[in-house]
Amino acid sequence: MARKIRVLVGKAGLDGHDRGAKVVASAMRDAGFEVIYTGLHQTPEMIVQAALQEDVDVVALSILSGAHMTLFPRVWQLMRDRGLNDVLLTGGGIISKEDMEALRKLGVGDLFGPGTPTGAIIDYVRGWVAANRAGKVGSASGTGRRA
Amino acid sequence: MANGRTQTPPETPASTGAAPAGAAARSGAPAEPRFETMSGIPLKAVYTEADRRADLQERLGEPGAFPYTRALFPEGYRTRLWTMRQFAGFGSADDTNQRFHYLLGQGVTGLSTAFDMPTLMGYDADHPMSLGEVGREGVAISTLEDMETLFRGIPLDKVTTSMTINAPAIVLLAMYVAVGEKQGLKPSQLGGTIQADMLKEFIAQKEWICPPRPHVKICVDMIEWCAANMPKWNSISISGYHIREAGATAAQELAFTLADGIGYVEECVKRGMDVDDFAPRLSFFWDVHNDFFEEIAKFRAARRIWATTMRDRFGAKNPRSWMLRTHAQTAGVSLTAQQPLNNVARVAIQALAAVLGGTQSLHTNSMDETLALPTEEAVTVALRTQQILAYETGVANVVDPFGGSYFMEALTDTMEAEALATIKRIDEMGGIIAAVERGYPQKEIADSAYRFQQQVERGERVIVGVNKFASDADELSIPVLKIDPDIERRQSERVKSVKATRDAARHAAAMKALRDACMSDKNLVPFVLDAVRAHATLGEISDLFREAYGVYREPAVF
Repeated sequence: MARKIRVLVGKAGLDGHDRGAKVVASAMRDAGFEVIYTGLHQTPEMIVQAALQEDVDVVALSILSGAHMTLFPRVWQLMRDRGLNDVLLTGGGIISKEDMEALRKLGVGDLFGPGTPTGAIIDYVRGWVAANRAGKVGSASGTGRRA
Repeated sequence: MANGRTQTPPETPASTGAAPAGAAARSGAPAEPRFETMSGIPLKAVYTEADRRADLQERLGEPGAFPYTRALFPEGYRTRLWTMRQFAGFGSADDTNQRFHYLLGQGVTGLSTAFDMPTLMGYDADHPMSLGEVGREGVAISTLEDMETLFRGIPLDKVTTSMTINAPAIVLLAMYVAVGEKQGLKPSQLGGTIQADMLKEFIAQKEWICPPRPHVKICVDMIEWCAANMPKWNSISISGYHIREAGATAAQELAFTLADGIGYVEECVKRGMDVDDFAPRLSFFWDVHNDFFEEIAKFRAARRIWATTMRDRFGAKNPRSWMLRTHAQTAGVSLTAQQPLNNVARVAIQALAAVLGGTQSLHTNSMDETLALPTEEAVTVALRTQQILAYETGVANVVDPFGGSYFMEALTDTMEAEALATIKRIDEMGGIIAAVERGYPQKEIADSAYRFQQQVERGERVIVGVNKFASDADELSIPVLKIDPDIERRQSERVKSVKATRDAARHAAAMKALRDACMSDKNLVPFVLDAVRAHATLGEISDLFREAYGVYREPAVF
């Protein structure tokens, strides 16, 4: 039997808005994923350390404080530095389309804004992990880039 | 309580909407349509004389008289219109000062300050935890100099200001008093509000420095000091807003917020304060969501519960201690990123409910707030919405127009009964502080948030433009406010420059006195005020609190 999909749901930075992170974590748990929730006020280093220790397939960050253009690239870089090359970095929050596109170019996966059904996030994660386990994607964006 | 909360009968999924995810749940016979409020209170098709309680008149009172169900003042908005108070803050103190002047020029009648995340959490702009957050979600304030810039050209004895700050609220209160001193004003001349409600931080907004009990002690210090020195100042704004935004229903918002209020009153009384010395300056803050009648009922029930509690439970004798004065804000969480112009309609309806509910002060959200902080254009439409309500619709002419309505009175009674049952449960847990420490309200709210999301995804709850009447076309894009990326560097330099140029001996002495006071049970306000006058920064003072009281880490449960 295939290993369950393991997801780290993380709150990076000072942002205290945890409604979305908890709702997504609950939905993923109910979808059969193993979910580890970091709790609030984590640094990028703490998040990547937890991802490494928990051996996750996916890191999902929730950022509603406007700090996404700083925090996503830092987590992304630390994941490269620690060798987490086949772990998806995805997430959501108040993030403009323009910023989502810029982060995608960096290698971050799809990001989800307000109003997204949790099912869409779950389908995306499931699809990415299946493709990754089959060796079809090389980086979070699925574009085959490797750091 | 019922789980399903269908407000409209289920029908075939709209051709334009997303298909309900839980189609399987509807297998078999079609479910009976259910009519309920957003909180899950069942609704009849019509309310009649049979729903009227025999003691209605006593439970209503006249407007301006106990228990204030109808209104705080006999003539309602004829005496005084609500304050149009738009929450604003972004970038540097200079950027926000310009927005304040713009808003005052457009006719706002009070200011309200939004601080950035580092300020809210007690970090200076140059702290490593502040990385990427400076000026993003509000204005960055680290020093007294920043605070002076923020209120440059604004006479603090003429304009009232509300400050949405909690964990380091005592520092911002001291800075405000110090800026007033520089304008030649005494604390007694300053009017406004500081949020300083830490219980709802642990329950919902999640911005803290220390564990709950020391934070509540500092809140009580502020209530006590303001009662003696700032007769025109609201020393706390007991807030349901964040509780609701985090996922609570209207009934839960009502219950947890009033329970918080009871908690603060208990702590003040324990310190030996006379309830009538501080209770008149306690203020409240409600969220206003889409369920029109339920929201109005919430305001009415809140006034009745508070008046009764203050008089009968705490023995308050001054009628001003019985009066629940409140600010209100339309529900940010109800806004949609999809079809953002629709938000203008939502905000207008919510604002109308707040006015019919009898709010003393109102913020209307801007249509673009699910995308970023609002642009000047979006803020103006939001303010104009209030002005249209006040000056075009006639709704301010008559006090409590729904008073005596069979339906409104029944709904007010039900909201009251649900809130009182929850407050009783909290009392049995040993009070709200104990309930918060064991995570009771936090868990209830998270469960409500998840239930709400599931209902949306099953199509049981309609969100126009999101799960029904969605548009396949590219979303209309509206302009979005951009924050200057250089703000962090400039703000960090300002902090460093203040530290380099202040009188080091005076600073050290004030900090030592504050550190000693933290180890005692003295009221901290005078010590923080001295530290701020000596140009101690927000981060330095917060660090003293971390050292004295420890830091708080919430158990990570979902």
